[in-house]
Amino acid sequence: MRPQDILLPAPAGLCCKPGGFHIDPVRSVERAVITHGHSDHARPGHGAVLATQETLDMMRLRYGENFAGATQAIAYGEEIRLGDVTVKFHPAGHVLGSAQIAVTCKDTCIVASGDYKDASDPTCAPFEVVPCDVFITEATFGLPVFRHGNAADEVKKLLASVALFPERAHLVGAYSLGKAQRVIALLREAGYDAPIYLHGAMEAITQYYQSRGVALGELRPAKGVKKADLAGTITLAPPSATSDIWTRRFPDPVTAFASGWMRVRARARQRGIELPLVISDHADWDGLTTTIEATGAGEIWVTHGQEDALVHWCKTKGLAARPLDLVGYGDEAEHEPPPPEGAEA
Amino acid sequence: MNRFAELLDRLAYEPGRNNKLRLLTAYFRETDDPDRGYALAALTGALSFKHAKAGLIRDLITDRADPVLFGLSYDYVGDLSETVALMWPKAALPGHNNPPPPTLSEVVTTLRTLGKTELPKQLARWLDELDETGRWALLKLVTGAMRIGISARLAKTAAGNLGGKDAHDVELMWPGLSPPYLDLFAWLEGRSEKPVNRDPTPFRPVMLAHAIEDADFANLDPADFIAEWKWDGIRVQAVSGRDERGHVQARLYSRTGEDITKSFPDLVPALHLQGSSSFAIDGELLVLREGRVQTFNVLQQRLNRKVVSPKLIKEYPIHLRAYDLLGDDENDLRELPFVERRARLEAFVKKLDDARIDLSPTVTFDSWDALTAARADPAQAGAGEDADAVEGVMLKRRDAAYLPGRPKGQWWKWKRDPHLIDAVLMYAQRGHGKRSSYYSDYTFGVWTSGEDGEQLVPVGKAYFGFTDEELLEIDRFVRRNTTEKFGPVRHVVHEPDQGLVLEVAFEGLARSPRHKSGVAMRFPRISRLRWDKPPREADRLETLERMLKSDASITAA
Repeated sequence: MRPQDILLPAPAGLCCKPGGFHIDPVRSVERAVITHGHSDHARPGHGAVLATQETLDMMRLRYGENFAGATQAIAYGEEIRLGDVTVKFHPAGHVLGSAQIAVTCKDTCIVASGDYKDASDPTCAPFEVVPCDVFITEATFGLPVFRHGNAADEVKKLLASVALFPERAHLVGAYSLGKAQRVIALLREAGYDAPIYLHGAMEAITQYYQSRGVALGELRPAKGVKKADLAGTITLAPPSATSDIWTRRFPDPVTAFASGWMRVRARARQRGIELPLVISDHADWDGLTTTIEATGAGEIWVTHGQEDALVHWCKTKGLAARPLDLVGYGDEAEHEPPPPEGAEA
Repeated sequence: MNRFAELLDRLAYEPGRNNKLRLLTAYFRETDDPDRGYALAALTGALSFKHAKAGLIRDLITDRADPVLFGLSYDYVGDLSETVALMWPKAALPGHNNPPPPTLSEVVTTLRTLGKTELPKQLARWLDELDETGRWALLKLVTGAMRIGISARLAKTAAGNLGGKDAHDVELMWPGLSPPYLDLFAWLEGRSEKPVNRDPTPFRPVMLAHAIEDADFANLDPADFIAEWKWDGIRVQAVSGRDERGHVQARLYSRTGEDITKSFPDLVPALHLQGSSSFAIDGELLVLREGRVQTFNVLQQRLNRKVVSPKLIKEYPIHLRAYDLLGDDENDLRELPFVERRARLEAFVKKLDDARIDLSPTVTFDSWDALTAARADPAQAGAGEDADAVEGVMLKRRDAAYLPGRPKGQWWKWKRDPHLIDAVLMYAQRGHGKRSSYYSDYTFGVWTSGEDGEQLVPVGKAYFGFTDEELLEIDRFVRRNTTEKFGPVRHVVHEPDQGLVLEVAFEGLARSPRHKSGVAMRFPRISRLRWDKPPREADRLETLERMLKSDASITAA
């Protein structure tokens, strides 16, 4: 069976005809199989959703009880038959509950990896290499300039800055789902045990992480705290809030941003970031290329991001590769709704 | 190198001056000699070695990495040093005994002596040994393009802070010091005596004036003051002296102590005075054509030039207008009252007898009213045809000693009223640092007749002049009246009867091919918010063009 008879890009997303479902559909479909809870992959309004318990919970948290007609939870390692194919979920290491989806039909196995990273993350299950015939990879950081280094070192940089500027507040921009909790967990691993403050937009999701047993220490809402009391503290906020009037409640804030984009100075400067922290929930260039090789796949389909460079690299390694023109996925920043606290003057 | 790289990295992102100082001082405190001295040299532009060209860096990377991937990466990042630093694939080094990364001192001392042919290999070796921030800093250093927003003055201020010393003290001894500044740091840390400046032509920290307010006059007696014109040139200090072998040395310093002698070779011969061992003149650098002072716009052609062509010298003849004498032979005159220094200066300039150096004339007045009249019309009060280069008047206490910095009540500056126009706010951008969440950078325009009828054309940008309350008001207006966003820039509504009129004050106008309107303003700032005025009543481009013509008639050679 040809791989494109199993999975094919369609306007609604990656479509599996023999299984009768779409993976991470961007439009409403009858049956959706969803890799993880970020809003560009997990959208409301599908007839039925198959995903990990965590992903389902996050969708419920964001969209309310009736986000889908029916839901079914699947665990890592569990295999389910859908039509003529079987699907099996494997940890993707991206955020809590994120999964790669292995779709097998007869003797052909395709792995749709969604968003993934092979770096360690105390807040989610580690990435697993899944041997396959066709590997579908993201390419968010698909250029050799993206090498992310050790996230613990970046957190040290943050703590050094807090020590250097004790009278200033540190505002760390981080995506509300995944990145924020990872940064908090890394701060705790580095021995930082003071209370950490949160922007209102990330309180619910962070509490959810804690309810799933992720230890994050003492967290407090930033709202209502006296300006002077925020000197020397660390606050996490959605990236869009760190350049907003919301920041006026902080004493002379140092603006940090935890993202893989922070590798590139111009990106940081455009956003007015003073303290860029290269902490990414996506695989970097080395992560992408070693993973591709490790899967043993002979054919690579490249989705959202810097497809050109990664496709070029695959070809120099003798791998069949092509870009999958899927639209609607990208950096979480572009999709994050404006934080509710930013509305006040 | 890594600690220095970390410093550069942090400075590149830090917008606030005080925080930059903190970062720099912390670095000087925590870093050992001689690394910190070479860092100070790198930041003050005091390092001298041949810089590597971009082509060399490009060859290095395409040798190591897939050229297609390099091309795509460079395209994305947009900065050669940064692209190479980020994607440099380290050579697999044999064994576990990897060499430690080079120190800044190693890099600087090696580059000084390295031959051109050895450079690529040496660079590749260092790139292998350094981490990516280190690679970035190395490439910035060797290509000579630091551009991280640190002035030499700021670096010296930070070094001074190490020992609680003023930047003036550092500036004073600076010309006698050389990298890696072991004696300077030893003194700053209290381990040794103050380094003696053996420089025959030292810079003396300058005395500055306060802006006078209307209310100040009531407490001042005209008889205590001498008035001079305030010239619209650049403040300089011309110093001459003899080195150990008795040769005459002459130097020209900017008001911050930067050596600018090389930009004005035509003035140097005038500073070689026979029979005098040394002197220091405080004065204004101007361009004079046929004895007439030109405006700042003309002088600007001579500023910040690395290469000074004979043509430039001929078309923009440089001149020094002297207003103070700080030293004469072995005598330090700075403790003397101004009136005595002035007398000595008059005699000195006469003795010098050089057309390129003259005396700044005094303005006679017997009451504040008389001075007010002189300031309002300098042409009639003695400035004659030079009146367009007069920025206002200076008031100096007769008994004032020459004190570095801005001592209270000694010198006053009283600027002429600025030009004013009413312009319409067109675009707004967020500010930095404390203003990082506020729309505080404004592009404003005036009306002109275009192909589509009446339209606004941008004529300038201003980001100060308003009060904190006014900033809040404009910020609110911008947020509520944004019609479009281009990245960080907001397009603010500007229609004939919808929009905000800003009264803009500025010091002068110049023709500028870089601006769509063809004019550029000098020192524009917001002087008032005209909520009362509909945009259609704002000024027109023709008004600015008329001002330009009156300027141009003087500047035409």
